[in-house]
Amino acid sequence: MPAFSAIPTRSTPRYSPVVKTSVGFVAVAVVCLAFADISITTLDPWSEMRRMAWGMVTPDFSAVAGLGMVILQTIAFALSGVALGAVGGFLLSQIFHLGPVRWFCASVRAIHELFWALIFMQMLGLSPLTGVLAIAIPYAGICAKVYAETLEEAQLPALRTLPRGTSIISAFFFARLPDVWVHIKNYTSYRFECGLRSSAVLGFIGLPTLGFHLETAFSEGNYSEAAALMIIFYILIATLRFWLRPKLVGIYVLIAPFLLGSGAAIDMSNIVRFLTVDIVPVPLRRGGFLESQTWSNLSEWAGTLFMDQALPGMVATLLLTQIALVATGILALALFPLISEKFFGPMVRTVGHGFLVVMRSTPEFILAYVFLQLWGPSMLPAIVALSLHNGAIIGHLMGRFSDEVRLRPDSPRGINLYGFEILPRVYGQFLAFLFYRWEVIMRETAILGILGIATLGFFVDSALADIRLDRAVFLIAVMVVFNVAVDVLSRYIRSRLRLSTQAGQA
Amino acid sequence: MLFRLNNEDLGYDGGAVLRGISITVSAGERLALVGESGAGKSTLLSVLQSRYNGNTALIPQESGLVRSLSVFHNVYMGSLHRHSAAYNLLNLVWPRQQEIRRIRPIAERLGLGDKLFDRAGELSGGQQQRTAICRAILQGGDAVLGDEPVSATDQHQSRVIMAALAATFETVILAMHDVDLALEFSTRIIGIKDGGIALDAPAGDLTRSDLDFLYRA
Repeated sequence: MPAFSAIPTRSTPRYSPVVKTSVGFVAVAVVCLAFADISITTLDPWSEMRRMAWGMVTPDFSAVAGLGMVILQTIAFALSGVALGAVGGFLLSQIFHLGPVRWFCASVRAIHELFWALIFMQMLGLSPLTGVLAIAIPYAGICAKVYAETLEEAQLPALRTLPRGTSIISAFFFARLPDVWVHIKNYTSYRFECGLRSSAVLGFIGLPTLGFHLETAFSEGNYSEAAALMIIFYILIATLRFWLRPKLVGIYVLIAPFLLGSGAAIDMSNIVRFLTVDIVPVPLRRGGFLESQTWSNLSEWAGTLFMDQALPGMVATLLLTQIALVATGILALALFPLISEKFFGPMVRTVGHGFLVVMRSTPEFILAYVFLQLWGPSMLPAIVALSLHNGAIIGHLMGRFSDEVRLRPDSPRGINLYGFEILPRVYGQFLAFLFYRWEVIMRETAILGILGIATLGFFVDSALADIRLDRAVFLIAVMVVFNVAVDVLSRYIRSRLRLSTQAGQA
Repeated sequence: MLFRLNNEDLGYDGGAVLRGISITVSAGERLALVGESGAGKSTLLSVLQSRYNGNTALIPQESGLVRSLSVFHNVYMGSLHRHSAAYNLLNLVWPRQQEIRRIRPIAERLGLGDKLFDRAGELSGGQQQRTAICRAILQGGDAVLGDEPVSATDQHQSRVIMAALAATFETVILAMHDVDLALEFSTRIIGIKDGGIALDAPAGDLTRSDLDFLYRA
């Protein structure tokens, strides 16, 4: 038999790094799923779900009539917090190239608004300043980064033509700022939308915003009232561009601080005690600095805390984050065609937009709260809440992105169009959004700890509730390191895969 | 003597590389750099600009405008170094009448009188070039260095612009693609080809056909 040709031909397809990375992340998520508790523990989730669904379609606005002040306060907290955060972030962005500044910003944004609020609660009590700072501090960290990246990536040909002797200030305001101003303005107004969500959620821990009444309505099973509150919140966000006019922002920001209410008086001694006593680890507080016993006690204290709380918290955080990340991706890929002109007509798109708007406007904390009430404590409510909220955000951006794809006139339709023309073109952008969201998802898993899911945030929340602030600070530090590590890893993967780093809006 | 290069190799930011370049430019010269696109005219210009320590106005190829600012503001930027930062910021937010009076005639001369408060990004390519030229004129200085400053304007406008530049600046150094215009307005022509200077002669001694070889492969 004649030997058939020995021409070396490649018979197996070669996969790109982008595909390999995606498959790797899915595999990790599947392994995580095997270790995660995703049971439904409530006895009769369906009847509660029916009652909730019934409440959603029969909103009761009667109780809401007296809530005008609450809505104003929700807006006022968001305005004050975001304004302070944006100004702080802008100043920080000017020195963002300094290493310590970058690390400082990464650290403050690694801690979620809710935890900042819980921390400030220890120092300032339930004062308006607690709410404003809780929003302003992490937002300053986020804005500093995005503003700095915007300024850095801008093409600034005008700088080269400036006459010699132009002062730095004049050069900045004439040649640097104007061309990036639109981006900065858009990003800041997006941040304000986020700020409204943060402000509403802060109500769950006692500040006088919408969340306070939502929590009451939900816990009393008064779903019609909860529905009315949510609808008001959606309207508030949907009409943002009508009432948040650029020319009025200045006036709003000046008025907002007067609407925050007075709250408890600030006691300086509380702040001092928090900073000098409460957060100092117990062994250091009790023993002398020079005794060797103190230091061995301290290392035992840290070791026990790490093994008993930090480590299990980190494992749960990681499991939840990786599962939610992949679920978010799958959901986004499934949802974006719903709002894309390439796939559906105006009817479907309107419904799709409605669904995505509601899902991304509902704070993930509230989604998790609702699912937790339905299904009982496990990772399931957290996974569903995180992936719905984040999937809707990415799906929305992807839908808009896919509309910009130019197709040839004879391109295929339906699933073939999706698989052969659209997905390959938008996938890189999709991964960029998703990896950008990775850090955000991890930060959000922490706040679900407040609802009883045993992530790092759960242990922080418990330590705060027991007024063991030294432990809380230790665990928060672990949380920060963990979050910053994911941020660095995400940036590394994005640059390895050459994904756009300009995913700021995601 | 304003500029002097002595047997130097030039290359910048991925631009063309020129070898063994020697040039001296004296005050009062009107110099045209000609040659095929990609020959290294921009490289030579930017080296000349970076070596000179006095006041030069620059008209880069992409005009170097701030697209989101008005024509007025872009032109005003030529005078940023003359005023305090506070006065500059005041004009950024609220243009002063005296500055408008200073800038309007320059803009009118170059046919931009009715565009003074239009955004630079909304103008046509030729209008953007003229805005950059207005800025250079307001800025003034010992010399102007321009990279194809009239590539997008029509013949009549090109002549107005060349005359305006010649009237404002003692020394003019322009990279040009329009050989006839170069011969008409320059005192000296430098031709660049194959990574070196292929021609350096008074414009008066040259005719159009003397330059043809620069553009042949």
